[in-house]
Amino acid sequence: MKLSLIIGGVLSGAALLAALISLVWTPYDVTALHIAHKLQGPSAAHWLGTDHFGRDIASMLMAGARTSLAVALVAVTIGMGLGVPLGLWAAARRGSWLDEGIMRANDLIFAFPSLVIAILITATFGPSATNAIIAIGIFNIPVFARVTRAGALSLWQLDYIRAAQVAGKGRARISGEHILPNIANLLIVQGTIQFSLGILAEAGLSYVGLGAQPPTPSWGRMLAEAQTMVTLAPHVAIMPGLAIVLTVLGLNLLGDGLRDALDPRLRGRLA
Amino acid sequence: MSAGICPLTVRRRRQTLALMRRYLIRRLIVLLASLWVASAVIFTLVEGVPGDPASFMLGVNAAPDTLAALRAQMGLDQPFVWRYLHWLGGLLSGDFGTSFTYKVPVAGLIGARLAVSLPLAGIALCLSVALALPMGLLAAARRARLSDGAVMAGTQLGIAVPNFWFAMLLVVLLAVRWQWFPAGGFPGWSDPLMALRALTLPAIALALPQAAILTRVLRSALIETLGQDYIRTARAKGLSRARALTRHALRNALIPVLTILGLQFSFLLAGAIIIENVFYLPGLGRLIFQAITQRDLIVVESVVMILVFAVIVVNFLTDLAYAAVDPRLRRRT
Amino acid sequence: MTLLALDHLNVQIGKPAILRDVSLTLSRGEILGLVGESGSGKSMTALAIMGLLPDRARISGDIMLGGLNLRHRSEREMCQLRGNAISMIFQEPMSALNPMMTIGDQVAETLMLHRRMLRSEARSIAREKLDRVGLRAPRFPLTLYPHELSGGQRQRVAIAMAIALHPKLLIADEPTTALDVTTQAEVLNLLRDLAREEGMALILITHDLAVVAGMADRVAVMQAGQIVETAPTRTLFQRPVAPYTQALLAASTHQPSLATRPRAKPLLQVDNATRIYRLPRPSALSPHPELRAVDDVSFTIHAGESLGLVGESGCGKSTLTRSILGLDALQGGAIHLNGHPINPAMPSPQRADMQIVFQDPYGSFNPRQKVERLVAEPFHLTGRPADWRDRVAEALREVGLSPDDKNRFIHEFSGGQRQRIAIARALIIRPKLIVLDEAVSALDVQVRAQVLDLLSALQATHNLAYLFISHDLSVVRAVTSRCLVMSAGRIVEEGPTEALFTAPQNAYTQSLIAATPRIPQHWKEPA
Repeated sequence: MKLSLIIGGVLSGAALLAALISLVWTPYDVTALHIAHKLQGPSAAHWLGTDHFGRDIASMLMAGARTSLAVALVAVTIGMGLGVPLGLWAAARRGSWLDEGIMRANDLIFAFPSLVIAILITATFGPSATNAIIAIGIFNIPVFARVTRAGALSLWQLDYIRAAQVAGKGRARISGEHILPNIANLLIVQGTIQFSLGILAEAGLSYVGLGAQPPTPSWGRMLAEAQTMVTLAPHVAIMPGLAIVLTVLGLNLLGDGLRDALDPRLRGRLA
Repeated sequence: MSAGICPLTVRRRRQTLALMRRYLIRRLIVLLASLWVASAVIFTLVEGVPGDPASFMLGVNAAPDTLAALRAQMGLDQPFVWRYLHWLGGLLSGDFGTSFTYKVPVAGLIGARLAVSLPLAGIALCLSVALALPMGLLAAARRARLSDGAVMAGTQLGIAVPNFWFAMLLVVLLAVRWQWFPAGGFPGWSDPLMALRALTLPAIALALPQAAILTRVLRSALIETLGQDYIRTARAKGLSRARALTRHALRNALIPVLTILGLQFSFLLAGAIIIENVFYLPGLGRLIFQAITQRDLIVVESVVMILVFAVIVVNFLTDLAYAAVDPRLRRRT
Repeated sequence: MTLLALDHLNVQIGKPAILRDVSLTLSRGEILGLVGESGSGKSMTALAIMGLLPDRARISGDIMLGGLNLRHRSEREMCQLRGNAISMIFQEPMSALNPMMTIGDQVAETLMLHRRMLRSEARSIAREKLDRVGLRAPRFPLTLYPHELSGGQRQRVAIAMAIALHPKLLIADEPTTALDVTTQAEVLNLLRDLAREEGMALILITHDLAVVAGMADRVAVMQAGQIVETAPTRTLFQRPVAPYTQALLAASTHQPSLATRPRAKPLLQVDNATRIYRLPRPSALSPHPELRAVDDVSFTIHAGESLGLVGESGCGKSTLTRSILGLDALQGGAIHLNGHPINPAMPSPQRADMQIVFQDPYGSFNPRQKVERLVAEPFHLTGRPADWRDRVAEALREVGLSPDDKNRFIHEFSGGQRQRIAIARALIIRPKLIVLDEAVSALDVQVRAQVLDLLSALQATHNLAYLFISHDLSVVRAVTSRCLVMSAGRIVEEGPTEALFTAPQNAYTQSLIAATPRIPQHWKEPA
């Protein structure tokens, strides 16, 4: 569906743009407190209103987008950077001890949800945004390893791999030359999914205080702070929530759209 | 063909049974090994890092004799491996140590908290299956029609909504404005009806995103199954579309659904920890956050071990469920 | 008496017309062969009769069954007819049965659905039906699951399901294409007996003219959604009227010119090759049982020679092929190519004397690389020469493609063109031996004839040796001068092809040749 690609692209693009702009400019200083202006509703001066310290919510959302996207992006990079090679390696040595070992290790990591990893790290090192990145990143490794291995295994059955073997190419070369390009679609789609899950996970971790710490702005912490005054000024809780929903929705739609757009069966029709 | 059961069939059956037994034994060994490695990882992360756990727990202003007492209680004068084995032995015999803040056995603490967390997770799981099953069937049966589109759009939204934010909205609407349910707290199981009422909103908040994911998985599994040759065979036999869907497609589509259900359990557990904080429920989630703020490492490592244990055991049970559902006994490697 | 009549049937899916003006009649108890190449509309005709066309299909014309126009039946009424008055079986026995349901329940389901029988009653009739199709009681209990049966046995279950309620019409869509020749012969015999004994009309859809020659009363030939000719079987084979039928007949009996040359030096020598697989242990303490997939095989291929290797699936020919290609190590014996031992660790330049062409024109190429890069891949063995682009262009020209094709992707080519590209890839480093692993099995008969001609022309110009591996005896007979027959890991017979086919010595070879469907010799002479 083209529509999902467009909506997804627009929503994720908007989040990315907000994050990038916040690097150089936000409507208000996100660290400046104006208690006199606290808990104002949306107005011309404050488009999305102000929070309990009188900070501009629109500015905080822009800065929070930076944190969310950065955490999710680094976590996906960690997951892909380690998971994809492991998956390729396991598939190339299918059925060996190495394959078995990699897959069992994957299963084991799956037993540690990112929240639990974050709890363990926080218990010894104290909370920080880096925690969130490491915790989400580690949990991404087995996800990518599994997707890569499953995709690669089905390709290893194909005759063009045998042809490459007959042409004297080794497993590593075949993995790079023939397997990886043909599972790239799969990985891009999984990447967008993990990216959106990463944003949700970061929000959850920051909400319970295991992620970004003050003064780093974060959507999850904005929600945590809003919780006590949700009946007084609902917009303080609604705005960050909507920001998360729209960004994650956008990324998911983008992933769906990409999957259809990259599907060779559908593309063949256009060619 | 001679009378009596052909030896070939008997041999085949016996082989199948032997394979099944080997599969179970293999999975059991993997289960135990996973639990063992997990315990080592947890203990190392919590107590094995450089620095003194006891002074970390007590902070910089601790009195020397309190510190010494805690060090003795935790056995910090012993070598690390010995402490680990001691802890592991305690776990196996049900002795999780004594909480440093509550001054009571950790096992008792966890037991009391499980009485909230387990029912919560269970209700949420049932709720998400109960929602996902009809929605997934409907969407697959009416594929590419309006009702499918509506279900799919709904699930997109369901996946994108953070459950703790959804919980906050539920509290504002259903608890504060309309006062149908309590906004938080837990009255205990002495009045089961009140207890269930207190768990309703948290369970809904937990279940909805899970149901959205499950619906999508079920739908795509069903649609893939509906494209299989044996569905065409069933239609050629005279089964209607709906009957082919429920009699032949559903059972085959359950395998990917089971996989996701097993994996989702860990998300459910993590979600429950956060949701408990929204609703001030005295479950494992509250316990572990209180323990973190009070730096009660003894409680932290035990609760994490319990959580990981639950996930690993659920994955094992999922594998057993495969064997029950799929006569081919497909092994994962 | 007419049972089924199609009258000016048109089917359109989206823009393209799938069926155009298809008219057919079928009498009670008659066997009609519906023949055509892939995409000719055979299966769509069958699905139209069953009322199982895709939702998007638009249909016009009439389908009369008895006095009933099936075009105007509701879906509910069609459900009552399907499996009851008309039944159908499909090509892929491996996937046509529900893997989660016992065969007894699957056969009984038809009965319970249409006759409202109790399960116990339905199961006892299911038992009779399975006996009837040759899956007899103690050996094949109702409680078996499909994965416990072979392909031929599964096809029998599908037949039992289809005939459980004595339908007036059975449609069999390529029912034996996925089966080995001996199994094919058994299933075809079963279908013929059932049609004769139960007075059931049968539409047998196939691409194989030899299959209908031995089965059908009448044959209809389809091309591009139209029926080009309908005639009694013998008349059609002896006096085909439509040019398309004539071309099809010519292609199916096509004989490429065989290069005959004096015996040259040995090129590939296989000496006592043995491949052993370890099977899973039946219990923890017992030793691994062994499967000798290739058992003490010896043969020689001489330079410029065409050697055939035939055998049914599971006979070990794929395993042997992997060892010949140096992909797997042997557990016993040795293979030499040009005097060099073949094994997974052999140096690249020594491998360059041998290349391979695979069966599947779709899975043989990386879809993300252009033809130029695909064809040049074997240069990895020899090092890429400076003029490699010219060499690719030349190879493409040699296999009948344009050098400009080098910049296109593989999905832009038809199945036949892809096999030509595969041959170009094999040819590029000028090997002495090309292994043709079912290389023409997936092609339609006319394209197959062209590819076989190409292979024999290339053999003459480059003095190539071919190892022609196939389950299709007629192809092997047409293109090889010497032939090996493999069964259960062993070579059971070896000899000059013509002698081996006319006077087979080994009992297994005899059964294989007897089972091969063929067009009777005297039909081929002009009447």
